[in-house]
Amino acid sequence: MTLKIVVTAKQVIDPETPTSAFGIDSNAVTVPSNQSPVINGFDEQAIEAALRLKEASGDAHITVVSVGSGFALDVIKKPLAMGADELILLDDPAFDNAIDPTVTVAALAAAIRKIGDVDVVLAGRQASDWDNAQVPIGVAEALGWPVATVAKKVDINGTTLRVERVLPDGHEVVEADLPAVVTVSNELGTPRYPNMRGIMAARRVQPTVWSAADLDLAIGSLSPAFELVSLSKPQSGVETEMITGDDDEDAGRKLAQRLRDERII
Amino acid sequence: MADGNGILVIGEMAGNEPASTTLEALAAGLSLLASLPGEKLSVVLAGASTAAAAQVAIAHGAQTAYTIEDASLADPAPEAVVAAAQEAVRQASPRIVLGSKTILGRDVLPRLAFRLGTALAQDCTAVAIDDAKRLLATRPVYGGNAVATVACVSDIAVAALRAKSIDAGEPDSSRTGEVVALSVDLASAVRVRPVDRVEQTAEGIRLEDARVVISGGRGLGGPEPFKELGKLAALLGGAVGASRAACDAGWVPSSYQVGLTGKTVTPELYIAVGISGASQHMAGCSNSRTIVAINKDAGANIFKDARFGVAGDWQKVLPAFMEQLQELLG
Repeated sequence: MTLKIVVTAKQVIDPETPTSAFGIDSNAVTVPSNQSPVINGFDEQAIEAALRLKEASGDAHITVVSVGSGFALDVIKKPLAMGADELILLDDPAFDNAIDPTVTVAALAAAIRKIGDVDVVLAGRQASDWDNAQVPIGVAEALGWPVATVAKKVDINGTTLRVERVLPDGHEVVEADLPAVVTVSNELGTPRYPNMRGIMAARRVQPTVWSAADLDLAIGSLSPAFELVSLSKPQSGVETEMITGDDDEDAGRKLAQRLRDERII
Repeated sequence: MADGNGILVIGEMAGNEPASTTLEALAAGLSLLASLPGEKLSVVLAGASTAAAAQVAIAHGAQTAYTIEDASLADPAPEAVVAAAQEAVRQASPRIVLGSKTILGRDVLPRLAFRLGTALAQDCTAVAIDDAKRLLATRPVYGGNAVATVACVSDIAVAALRAKSIDAGEPDSSRTGEVVALSVDLASAVRVRPVDRVEQTAEGIRLEDARVVISGGRGLGGPEPFKELGKLAALLGGAVGASRAACDAGWVPSSYQVGLTGKTVTPELYIAVGISGASQHMAGCSNSRTIVAINKDAGANIFKDARFGVAGDWQKVLPAFMEQLQELLG
């Protein structure tokens, strides 16, 4: 039996973009058009987890699913170059909603049902834009599946999922019956780089594109959870005192003296 | 938003007491009630023993404490807490559910929100009620490069508060309230079964409890310099932390990680060495009383959040800093 794996991946603003490049326009966060988006880092770790599962099982099929609109194809095809088998873009202007997980969850759950017979869904633990850490949990709830979060290791034995979950001081091992959802954390390890063969192969693959209509989703019937009231640049309340000296050593000594004067130490 | 009967706090236990984050959520709930006249504040507590905790929660303003006791709840599976919370929601029918973005909360609250037909307002640093009696939730987004306020427009609002963003109130033993024991089938709720736990204990003071934290980042260049940070921590009676970059590089264990996906620390003094100050890191330390940054890049983000900064080579700054400290501390 082929193990059917779905990985959800999100195209996001590169979180390494310098703070000065972030702007706010018409209640949306913007960066200059020359700043290329990236795949959310934790999602790349989810792809890595899927590839390891495929290597361990010998017979697996990895479908990457991404929700949004305005995809950068060279970016979103990276999972194919890493070794995923198939890419499905849920591409519809109605899916372009940064603030409310409701539509994203509904679209992903509908796509997973449409793909059919999925054994396991792997997702990044959270996305670097809104850090909501809830879409994969919502998908699990919508499908009625168990979800194990913040995984550093994912194994499948028959129909049993075994996950090492990261805890603040160690980890917990949990088991659940498939089908299930797993969210993956950075402790899993660095995702592999695509090799040349993978990059060439990915070029030849065209993603499947599904719209809301293809998923039989009546977006209007979904009740939103949130409305955006305001979006603004953060105010730093701190006034920074830079300590300087004749040289770095002198600055270090002055820093100690300054902290002492302020009775901080 | 539909009419609802006040606010329900999804409590967490620390031993036999409510967790500090639960007291913060109760304080947030009390302040919201000022805009919801005639409505009430409730709490749900799931633990091995909840009687004492229920009285503490009542002293902190809860008018009803829903409790569920079971030996398995000493270290509860998230799904068990979700089941208990669902039953409390059914009985209290609140308009607003408040919890905390803790290790347990990040698993419990999204599940609960989706089961209640809404989504979670995650990681809120402030909450308020608008004229339409909707919950307004404010939170940093895009790695702290923006601050968003959303209005919760579904019939029930669920929000997770960032730890230590709201002060816990003072207990008032003259407050009274009722305790309602819940009956919930916990065993059938748990589908993600814990089978083993591996503790990775650090030596010395726990990072989360330390009054001084010395953290190192990518700028340290390797594992060796963390020994120097350890010496400084020993000198100040503190603990050593790290940025995610340093943990991912394998220089220190992941239990050292301070940040959005690591630990949240709020020491009196936080010294960041060779840390650029990405907001993913700052989310874990920005509530420290005093932040000191040492970084060779004068333009590093960390200096925006630091009270004191030295733009210099840590290999030169740090030894001189420690030497002077030793002299000052005698």
